[in-house]
Amino acid sequence: MIRDITLGQYYHADSVIHRLDPRTKLVGTFFFIIALFLVKNPLGYAVAAIYLALVIKLSTVPLRFMLRGMKAIVFLLLLTVGFNLFLTPGEPIWEWWKLSISAEGVRIAYTMAIRLSFLVIGSSIMTLTTTPNNLTDGLEKLLSPLKKIRIPVHEIAMMMSIALRFIPILLEETDKIMKAQMARGADFESGNIIKRTKALVPILVPLFISAFRRANDLAMAMEARCYKGGDGRTKMKPLKYAARDRLAYLAIFAMLAACIIVGRMI
Amino acid sequence: MSLIRSKALSFEYIRRDEEGNVEGITRAVDNVSLDVQQGDFVAILGHNGSGKSTLAKHINAILHPTEGTVWVDGMDTSDENNLWQVRQTAGMVFQNPDNQIIGQVVEEDVGFGPENLGVPTPEIWQRVEESLKAVGMSEYRNHSPNKLSGGQKQRVSIAGVIAMHPKCIILDEPTAMLDPSGRKEVIRAARALNDVEKITVILITHYMEEVIYAGKVLVMDKGHIKMQGSPREIFSRVEELKELRLAVPQVTLLAHELKKRGLPIPDGILTTYELTEALMKIKRTEG
Repeated sequence: MIRDITLGQYYHADSVIHRLDPRTKLVGTFFFIIALFLVKNPLGYAVAAIYLALVIKLSTVPLRFMLRGMKAIVFLLLLTVGFNLFLTPGEPIWEWWKLSISAEGVRIAYTMAIRLSFLVIGSSIMTLTTTPNNLTDGLEKLLSPLKKIRIPVHEIAMMMSIALRFIPILLEETDKIMKAQMARGADFESGNIIKRTKALVPILVPLFISAFRRANDLAMAMEARCYKGGDGRTKMKPLKYAARDRLAYLAIFAMLAACIIVGRMI
Repeated sequence: MSLIRSKALSFEYIRRDEEGNVEGITRAVDNVSLDVQQGDFVAILGHNGSGKSTLAKHINAILHPTEGTVWVDGMDTSDENNLWQVRQTAGMVFQNPDNQIIGQVVEEDVGFGPENLGVPTPEIWQRVEESLKAVGMSEYRNHSPNKLSGGQKQRVSIAGVIAMHPKCIILDEPTAMLDPSGRKEVIRAARALNDVEKITVILITHYMEEVIYAGKVLVMDKGHIKMQGSPREIFSRVEELKELRLAVPQVTLLAHELKKRGLPIPDGILTTYELTEALMKIKRTEG
């Protein structure tokens, strides 16, 4: 059961968006979020919505996958909308008992709702169309200027990709340990939350020990294969911008400009 | 020309208690002198704790000798300046296949070694292709290592080492965690490397069936080399092997027992075929 968890939410397809360089997608998502927060009027959001719809269409990922990401933030969304709706001071346009809604409140509430949902959909396009591996590579390359101020970018990226590699292995191991404990009468399903949390201890202890042992083995194997950090390393699959990436950058900046002009000035 | 040579090599594990006081010293490898020629297939046999893995880790400069010296291709492994050159010359495959695969895709894992060596990108691709072909894993190049069987994972690990173009490959109990068919796969791959690619192979194992193809067998016990010779020479000393708690292959054991009962069977029978031949010969002369 526990093995069925798929990592990340990558949706395999062969679209233009999938083939873009991960750096382009990271930068694009970043600017899209900035644009969302710069826009001030409904027309600006319309521009953002058109852009978003276009990207979704190009990515060939079914819409329900995008909306799945929304499920996680439904509660947050309702809470934000509720607070903004009822607690924004101003001329009330609707009143009942102690609750009142102002015109200003309505405006802020819908702005927040649009911003949040566009933000989630926008970033899930990135994670849906990029493998975790590629994403790590992109981050490493984008953040590499930070090496100058002694931030170990390569090491962080290496750790991330090793973690990604070991998640399925450790999940499998957890499953095995749970079954072994269950065979000896452990009960993980009944009792209140405190009891259930306590029941996890006999799983976590062996899991941690084995994780440390694996880390030790892996470090030795990496050293045996001459791993000595990021310096002097070449790449089997170096990231390379293609013509489509230049086009994508153009599209991103056009979107940003359009959002600013339409969303702030008109 | 000797590729790997050790002289009076000893290694001690020092056990310490929580305060760092020495609790005891275990001499895992004791006064071992070894000489492996370019192109050899050497098997090192021994049961758990015989020091065979410790010896192997010296050849890859993961451990440094307490006493004595190890030379790999003429380089002293204790010399820090030789470290990476030694590791490139003598590649190592470990026991647990899961804990030595770094990449999330088979081909990326095979490329990891050459990437570390700073090999230019087009050559990495070429090396990955050749290495995967050498172990017969080309069709799995885009698979996730998690979905492979144990034997396949171990072959990927071997490919990862070959891609670094070593002169020698050390297999440290590569089959200990595999099922019988996986064991066969790995041993076949190791033999092919030795036969076709002419890479020196050092196979460390406690399965005696795996050493019959080796050119030379060393038997280790308590840190010493107790016996050495061709597989046939080693397997004709059944009683000694039993004393060292090594499980002699069933055919060899059967031949040995038959001989003890007075049948004229030669010493050191290694395969079923040889035993059948010997028995047929007896039948012919008697009949």
